[in-house]
Amino acid sequence: MEAATLPPLEEMDETTRDEIETSVAKWKDAEGNLIMILHEIQNRHGYVPRASSLLLAREMNIPLARIYEVLTFYHYFRLVPQGDHNITVCNGTACYLKGSGRLLSELEKQLGIKDGETTEDRMFHLETVRCIGCCGMAPALVVDKKTIGKNSPMDIPPILEKIRQQEKTHEDQ
Amino acid sequence: MKTNDPLQELARLASENKPETFEQWLRIGMDSGGIAAGAERLLSACRKLVEDHNLPCEIQKSGSYGYAYLDPLVEIKSKSLPPVLYGRVTPEKVSSVTLDHLSAEKLADDHIIASRQYGTALTDPTQSILVLDTSCEEGDKTKFFQSSFQDEIASKLPDSSLSVVRALDMGIYHEGLVVQLLPSRVTYTNVLSRDISRIVTTSLGENKVLKDLLWTKPDPQCRIVLRNCGLLDPEHLGEALARGTYRGLAKALAKNSPDEAIREIEESGLRGRGGAGFPTGLKWKLTREPKADRKFVICNADEGDPGAFMDRSILEGDPHAVLEGLLIAGYAVGANKGYFYVRAEYPLAIQRIQKALEDARQCGLLGENILGSGWSFDAEIRLGAGAFVCGEETALIASIEGCRGSPSPRPPYPSVEGLWGYPTCINNVETLAAAPWILDHGAEAYAQHGTGSSRGTKVFAVTGKVQNAQLVEVPMGTSVHEIIYPICGGVQDQAHIKGVQTGGPSGGIIPENKLETPVTYENLMQLGSIMGSGGMLVMDERDCMVDVAAFYLKFCVDESCGKCAPCRVGGYQMLQLLLKITRGRGSVEDIKQIERICQSMQKASLCGLGQTAANPILSTLRYFRDEYIAYIEGGTAYARKRKKLLSQGESLQQAS
Ligand SMILES: Cc1cc2nc3c(=O)[nH]c(=O)nc-3n(C[C@H](O)[C@H](O)[C@H](O)COP(=O)(O)O)c2cc1C
Ligand code: SF4
Ligand code: FES
Repeated sequence: MEAATLPPLEEMDETTRDEIETSVAKWKDAEGNLIMILHEIQNRHGYVPRASSLLLAREMNIPLARIYEVLTFYHYFRLVPQGDHNITVCNGTACYLKGSGRLLSELEKQLGIKDGETTEDRMFHLETVRCIGCCGMAPALVVDKKTIGKNSPMDIPPILEKIRQQEKTHEDQ
Repeated sequence: MKTNDPLQELARLASENKPETFEQWLRIGMDSGGIAAGAERLLSACRKLVEDHNLPCEIQKSGSYGYAYLDPLVEIKSKSLPPVLYGRVTPEKVSSVTLDHLSAEKLADDHIIASRQYGTALTDPTQSILVLDTSCEEGDKTKFFQSSFQDEIASKLPDSSLSVVRALDMGIYHEGLVVQLLPSRVTYTNVLSRDISRIVTTSLGENKVLKDLLWTKPDPQCRIVLRNCGLLDPEHLGEALARGTYRGLAKALAKNSPDEAIREIEESGLRGRGGAGFPTGLKWKLTREPKADRKFVICNADEGDPGAFMDRSILEGDPHAVLEGLLIAGYAVGANKGYFYVRAEYPLAIQRIQKALEDARQCGLLGENILGSGWSFDAEIRLGAGAFVCGEETALIASIEGCRGSPSPRPPYPSVEGLWGYPTCINNVETLAAAPWILDHGAEAYAQHGTGSSRGTKVFAVTGKVQNAQLVEVPMGTSVHEIIYPICGGVQDQAHIKGVQTGGPSGGIIPENKLETPVTYENLMQLGSIMGSGGMLVMDERDCMVDVAAFYLKFCVDESCGKCAPCRVGGYQMLQLLLKITRGRGSVEDIKQIERICQSMQKASLCGLGQTAANPILSTLRYFRDEYIAYIEGGTAYARKRKKLLSQGESLQQAS
């Protein structure tokens, strides 16, 4: 049944094929390599594309379901691409105690998406993480890899506005 | 195979890789916390500065000292001054601090972090004086005291070149004006205006200590696990070797007896720091005993407590210490292969372990015939993927095998049947970082710290409403009060403490009236909490205990693997009941129902996650039942008011 869902090898683009082949070759001799290969795929694409999973199943000679079973168990793996700008709310204990919950609701309200989702125009992706190690700056946000500390819900609109402005000038140019 | 004396071999490696020494250097704390606080921008600012001013100064990186609240940190060594640690140095500020220190050889105001090794004798004449007002009262008087000192010195010792510098942190809190004389580190506390002239005449003029003002309390911290954190470049094997890393391993190999190594660990009293506190020596023995073709050791670096960062800081600050621990464990149990199971969310830790593995392999500290002993061992990294349950041993093993991380029933224990069915020993990062120190310094030196059956030291990540959120390493048996007040400066905004949560989602709360309890495995258990991995969350009077219990329970419900019903169904139902209560729609019957579910989860869950998920609830019900009752009796109106108060509390904190 699995085999029927696999498109012919020739129809997959060449880079995907190369990537998978390299990863599989690299991890071939390591025991229990599946998760490490999936990490490599996600590092390259920001998520695990279905085509990669299909090819991986074939290369490793395992059912596709075995791959999806792993992908869906672990929160870290994404099945859809992220947005252009990533906003992460620290929901570790210290940040929670200092109001990360309301930062998240404000972001959800402003962006119209929930934790773990991406806006329709793919501009923003919103997610939560556990302690990022700067509890002294709680509640902390990470906006495009930059950490911003001591936030209140009031700080959210200007942060989003700044990114939108940047995108706009970017487009204009 | 040609075998050599491992100790000689290590000495040869250390001299071959000896780090270059520089007359002037500048070292930036590049751990995740430091980087979040801007250490990378600081690094580029420093590079530019050194280039622009043509300063003969080497720029280095280090891990974290643990002073998270003072990030980002920079340590500077000039030609004639001893190294000085500066905190909260922004990229904008760094040039004035660096130029003062390096070019003018002058200590910079407002950023110095004083050493915690306070002196008691005035051996050398004083060159500089640090001052800081630690009273926390309205209006910081530090500047005022600084000028008083300067005036007094100008009039009494007109020829002196003494400098008076405002410090940032002295490691002493709520003790009025604190003054430290450098280089002797003689420290005076609760200094009043009228004492200034005495200090200048007697201590500065005649080089005599003023006994009545002298701070004689020793530093309550004791850095064994954190021995190198912040003091070396974690990506530089030579620096690790220079500070004695791999000496414990070499000593064990030289004795040529794994049983001897196990005995040493047993005698030290070391117990697992990952949560359960299982005696480490015994675990090694149990893994050593079975006969098998292969055996494995695993470092559990899946740090699961959502508010803790001990393991990450250790891995980022001193990866070679943990690798050495893994090697020793491997040697002791008879394994030739080890794994670091690390959270994928810790990219910097992963990168540094990877570097440590490569460097160690290159030098013959990993691979065939380690240190010429004839023993071979290799290790590699396996990444977690964001599942808390994978910290549990059997789930962790399943995850390394490339499967879903579902726990399986024990027995068989991993020590008998673990990774791919072979005997496997799993230890926490901190446990492994302590082991080399024990083999190097001896079991007795370690066991001398601590109390009862809790020996040695423990690292805690203290966060929440505490003044100084930071890593703390103290001897076992230190009280929670001692950790929160003298070490971490007490509660923020001078607020009233309500309790301290330990053990994260598996733990409980220590209420205010129990804060004097010495922290040991047994004492915490008796209070209804656990030692856990070392997270300590301070809560003040404005925090709602029902809300906190719901936070932890929600975490466990989200992270439940769903394999067994007591945890999957029980957790969910309990969360619904708890949320009902916080909305003001609960009844006393709901509390009884919650208690019944707690009991069945504890008894019937398959793994530790479900068995302990009820702890935060039982503990808050035990000490703060009145808060639950208030929600029930106050109804929806009360719940709404509470919610509003809570958010006001937060905005107040943010404003301050
Ligand atoms: C749900 C769950 C999560 C755990 N998470 C961790 C963890 O993140 N880190 C850790 O070292 N131990 C964790 N443990 C404990 C480990 O299963 C294990 O006891 C420990 O790694 C053994 O090492 P030690 O003896 O050195 O403490 C967890 C246990 C459970 C039940
Ligand atoms: S107790 Fe919870 S996490 Fe553990 S096996 Fe059962 S369902 Fe899974
Ligand atoms: S809990 Fe958010 S940074 Fe630690």
